[in-house]
Formats: sequence, C-alpha cells, structure tokens
Amino acid sequence: MILNAFLLALREIRRNRTRTLLTALGIIIGVSAVVSLVTLGGAAKEAVRGQISSLGSNLLIIRPGNGVGPRVSTAGVPLFTAQDVTIIGEQIYGIAGVAPVRSTSFNTIYRQHARRTAVTGTTDNYFAINNWQLAQGRLFDAADLRTGAAVCVLGDTVRRELFGDADPLGAKIRIGKTPCTVIGLLASKGQAGLGDQDDTIVVPMTTLQRRLVGQQSINDISQIAVSLREGSDPQATSADITRLLRERRNLQPNQENDFSVFDTRQIADTLGSSIAIMTALLSAVAAISLIVGGIGIMNIMLVAVTERTREIGIRLSIGATAQEVLLQFLVEAVTLSCVGGLIGLVLAFGATYGLAALTHLSFVFDPQINLIAFGFSAAIGVIFGFAPARRAARLDPVDALRHE
Amino acid sequence: MTPDAHLTPVIQLRGLTKVYGHGAAAFTALRGIDLTIHRGEFVAIMGPSGSGKSTLMNLLGCLDSPTGGHYDYTGIAVEKLSLNQRSLLRRHAMGFIFQGYNLLPRTSALENVELPLLYRGVSRRDRRELAAQALDSVGLATKLKNTPAEMSGGQQQRVAIARAVVTNPSTLFADEPTGNLDSITTREVMELLTQLNHERGITILLVTHEDDVAAYSHRTIRVKDGLIDSDRLHTPSAA
Ligand SMILES: Nc1ncnc2c1ncn2[C@@H]1O[C@H](COP(=O)(O)OP(=O)(O)OP(=O)(O)O)[C@@H](O)[C@H]1O
Ligand SMILES: [Mg+2]
Repeated sequence: MILNAFLLALREIRRNRTRTLLTALGIIIGVSAVVSLVTLGGAAKEAVRGQISSLGSNLLIIRPGNGVGPRVSTAGVPLFTAQDVTIIGEQIYGIAGVAPVRSTSFNTIYRQHARRTAVTGTTDNYFAINNWQLAQGRLFDAADLRTGAAVCVLGDTVRRELFGDADPLGAKIRIGKTPCTVIGLLASKGQAGLGDQDDTIVVPMTTLQRRLVGQQSINDISQIAVSLREGSDPQATSADITRLLRERRNLQPNQENDFSVFDTRQIADTLGSSIAIMTALLSAVAAISLIVGGIGIMNIMLVAVTERTREIGIRLSIGATAQEVLLQFLVEAVTLSCVGGLIGLVLAFGATYGLAALTHLSFVFDPQINLIAFGFSAAIGVIFGFAPARRAARLDPVDALRHE
Repeated sequence: MTPDAHLTPVIQLRGLTKVYGHGAAAFTALRGIDLTIHRGEFVAIMGPSGSGKSTLMNLLGCLDSPTGGHYDYTGIAVEKLSLNQRSLLRRHAMGFIFQGYNLLPRTSALENVELPLLYRGVSRRDRRELAAQALDSVGLATKLKNTPAEMSGGQQQRVAIARAVVTNPSTLFADEPTGNLDSITTREVMELLTQLNHERGITILLVTHEDDVAAYSHRTIRVKDGLIDSDRLHTPSAA
C-alpha cells in the first residue's frame, strides 16, 4: 500500500509539471531567500565581532574637534603636542600605554609597483596599544625614534601590493620622495566592517616629521591612542583625560570641548548593534519572501483542488479507500515540499558561500535558520497539498465527482 | 418479473429512499424503491429526466449513501457499511461506467485501466498484461499510450469500459454510457456490454434514454418521480 502510494504520488508529480514546478518554485524561493539573507547577516555580524577583538582590549582615541564623522570641522582647532602625550602617560591612572599618531597619505613606490596609502608616524608602543602582531622582521625601537631613522613597517595589504611574492625585508621603498628601509611586516588583521586595516605603513614619528613631511611644529599630533589596563574603567579614564586636556588647552568652564575621546569598544559595539538591526531587517524581508512563497504554494494547491477533488472521486469510485488516497497525497506533498526545500537550501548555500568569498566575509553555516526555513515551507507545502485531499477523501464518491 | 428458482439474487432493495439537502431545501429523489436483480441479468433503467435514475444507480454502485431503506448486495447489508467498506466492495465486486467517462486526465489509457488493479494489489507485470488485454478486448490495442485528450468520446468510453471490467466485477453499473456517442459507436459499445454479459456472466445495470439501447437488455425498469413505474422482462431484440 505504501509502495503503491509512492508509485501513484510520483506519477502525479511527473504528470503535473506546471503545478509541480510552481509549487517547488514557491518553496525554493522562500527557503533560499531566508537562508541567504540571514546567513549573510550572520557573517557580517561575525566580521564585526572579529574586528572588535582585533582592536585589542579597551582603546581610547583622542581627536581634536567635537564629534565624529567627516562633517565635523577641525579647522582652527589646535592639534595635540608631544607634551600632551607625555603628561597623559604620566598623570592618568589606569592606562597601559599611550602613543601619538599622525597620519598622512603618500604615494609609495617599490620598483614598478605603486600604491597610495596612509602612513602613520607614531612611537614604538603604538603596536602594543593597537594589538598589532609582528609577522616578520622587527618593529622600530627607541633608537630609531631618537634618530628619525628612515625605516618603516608594512601592513599586509601594502606588502602584497608592493612586493607580491618577493621578500620585502631590507628592501628600500619610496614614501613620497623619501627612501625608507622595510624592517618589519605586520600580521594581517583581516578585512572587515571598519575597512582594510592592513592598508598601512607605520614609521617612527620623528621620521614622519623630519623626513617625510619635512616640517616639525610642537602642535602636530592629530590623534592620541591610549590603551587601558585590564580592569580599569574606560568611562572614568576618559573623564580624567578630558579634564586634563581641558586644562592644558585652557578651556574656560563655559567653553565646549574642542577635542573628543572615543572608546573604540563603544564604537565597535555601536557598529555591531547597527549590523544587528540590519540583520533583523533582512530577516524581516526574508520572512516576507517566505510567506509570499507560502502564499504562492497555497494558491497553486487551492486552484488544483477542483481538479484534484475530481481525481479523488475517480479513485474512490474505482475502489480506492480514503486512506490510500490520503497516503498518496501525503507522499506527493511531502516529496514535493522536501525536494523544493532541499533545492532551496542548496541554492542558498551556494549563493551565501559565493557572496561571502566575494565580500571577504567568513561563511558561517547556521543550521537553525536552515531548519526553520525548510520546516516552514515544507509544512506549508504539506498542509496545503494535503488538506484538500483530506476533505475530499471523506466524501461519498459521487460528491467528490460532482465537485466544481 | 418471474423469479426462477435457480436464479440467485445479487441486489435486493427494500423501501430504499434518498433525500437530497436539508430542511426546506430537502428533495426526495427516491421515495421507496423495492427491487430484486439476479445474477447474470442485463437490466435497462429508463425514465424521464430527473426521475431519479442516476440517484438509484449511484446508490446501487455504492457511490452514494441511501437516506433510508434496505440494500442487500449478495447478502451484505450495504446501508450499514462504512465509507471504507463500501470502497472495498466496489473494488472487489463492482465496475462503474459514467456518462462523462471520468478518466484521469493526462494519464495514458493503459495507466487508467491499470488503476483498479493497482488498488487490488495486482503485481506490476500482471497489471500491464490484464490492462492491455482489456483494452484489446474493447478494440483499443493501438491506443495504449494515448491520454484521454487524444481520444474521441467513443474511444474514451471504451477505455472506461475496459477500466470497469478489467477487475472482472460481478456487477457492472453504467449510467448513460452511450449518452455522448453517435449511433455507430453506441452499437459498438452495446455489443461489447452484451458480450460481457453473455461470455463472463457479468450482471449489468444500465441507464438509458434510448429505446434502441434498452433493446439490448432483457429487462426494462421504468422509473418515475422516484418510484418504479414498470418492470418488464423481454427478449433482447437488437443482439
Ligand atoms: N446532489 C443533489 N442535490 C440535490 N438534488 C439532487 C442532487 N442530485 C440529484 N438531485 C435531484 O434528484 C432528482 C433525480 O436526479 P437524478 O440525477 O437521479 O435524475 P436522472 O433520472 O438521472 O435524470 P437524467 O435523466 O437527467 O440524468 C432530480 O430532480 C435532481 O434535481
Ligand atoms: Mg442521470
């Protein structure tokens, strides 16, 4: 009997190509849309999480001007001095390290390869503060800093762009017009939400000031990076720093801050939560497509009811029992829904895998959403494929045959 | 009607009634039918449109449930059977031919005829063979692979006949089987039924409006307003 049900069900599936195709399509689209969108959202979130951990433990960034973003005017606002950096290091409680940062964009050239990239002048503790790991060679040290040695450390993207497979250590590249010896390579932090962090060259601050920019003023530090000791309170520390800097910059109590202290952890959290919102939005869109797909399935199934009710009447009249007819319809609906669902899952897998590779996101397989999407559309397929049959099979054959 | 001692009753109706609808809309289509049909009979049921012929046939063929009265089929009290039990009775003892053929669409003649065998649990090979034989016996040996849409009305009706008799039923019910056919095809179909009645001893009940068709039978029952109006034995004149 079960064998017969399978035989009959497969026959009907083969026979009604359009219905089969449309039903399966509804399921396929619903499943693949939901799974792809949610999986991609998950990958983006994962990337941000990775970014957060690559930032290291709590990091405070101090910048001139008030607020964030490109519209904030820093014109006329004084930068920071080397003295500011020193005093923060000496007077603020709970910090592990502090480094001045000055970044300028330069054309860099090695042989026939060129790349425009951000060159950061800083001190030797910059690397620890920003959680940079050395991949090869060495970092610059206090001696390099004192002398303003023409040395540089390359981020992974710059290394790849300028050197490809060649060995950069000891090679001389030109930053702007100045030749610099590559002494170290930084391990990649990977690419993610905050842009390509590996697209960087780090040089001693003195080198940047004396050799690259060719001018030195006391007020030329555009950013101060501060790392906090384990367990210290970022909020209290940034309040302390704010108080200190206000004093040093001679701000009156009625004047607003002309600098900002950012907690990178907070920025990353904000970014993370906005991605979470986006994921939720995408999920909503996906859920809608699942429902639309489901409605499509219902439609097709309901349109088929008249024809199918007659079919049931015919089967009953030649001696099929209600159970046999129902079993056939159940097998039919389950087969169709499951095959459609599986195709949807495979499509989604392919799409997300490909997209993840394209966007440098890591592909995260989420079994839960796969199960939910599959279960939901399979249930719709089964319920709506089966429900009309249930009603019809309980009729006297004449009533099923008479159905219009 | 003169019941002979050696005749075994197949169908016995006592006061069978059928009411359609409920309350004010209720309509009594059969108002108490008493009837006995014996094994091997070839009975024509005639009567004006709306008199209840189809209603009676559907009840006899277990396709519908009676409202009241008693229906005995070879000793089985049909009115007491469940839907499933009636399905099984149809499967094992009855064949049905409809005016509208009622073949499965987009399904080949062979598969249509195989269907009742499939529900009987006949093996695949035997199914093929029996179905092909049945189609051959209705003159459709060359149309096994054709679907109903690719066949004429007469051919479709012959497929339906093949489907009804492929299980070798003891009773065959035919509700206006020639209603949509021309006179030549009608004669073919009627000769086929006569042959089944003679050679296999299948009891046949047939509804028709045409005297020519009724003439193939040896007994004509006339229904009027849900009651039996007349019941005559006669010699088949057309065969
Ligand atoms: N499902 C139904 N619901 C309500 N009334 C019905 C139903 N089926 C049949 N009837 C009524 O029962 C009566 C008998 O119908 P039936 O189909 O048995 O007539 P018939 O003798 O077969 O007529 P015809 O020669 O036109 O086929 C008719 O008056 C019809 O209107
Ligand atoms: Mg009728």
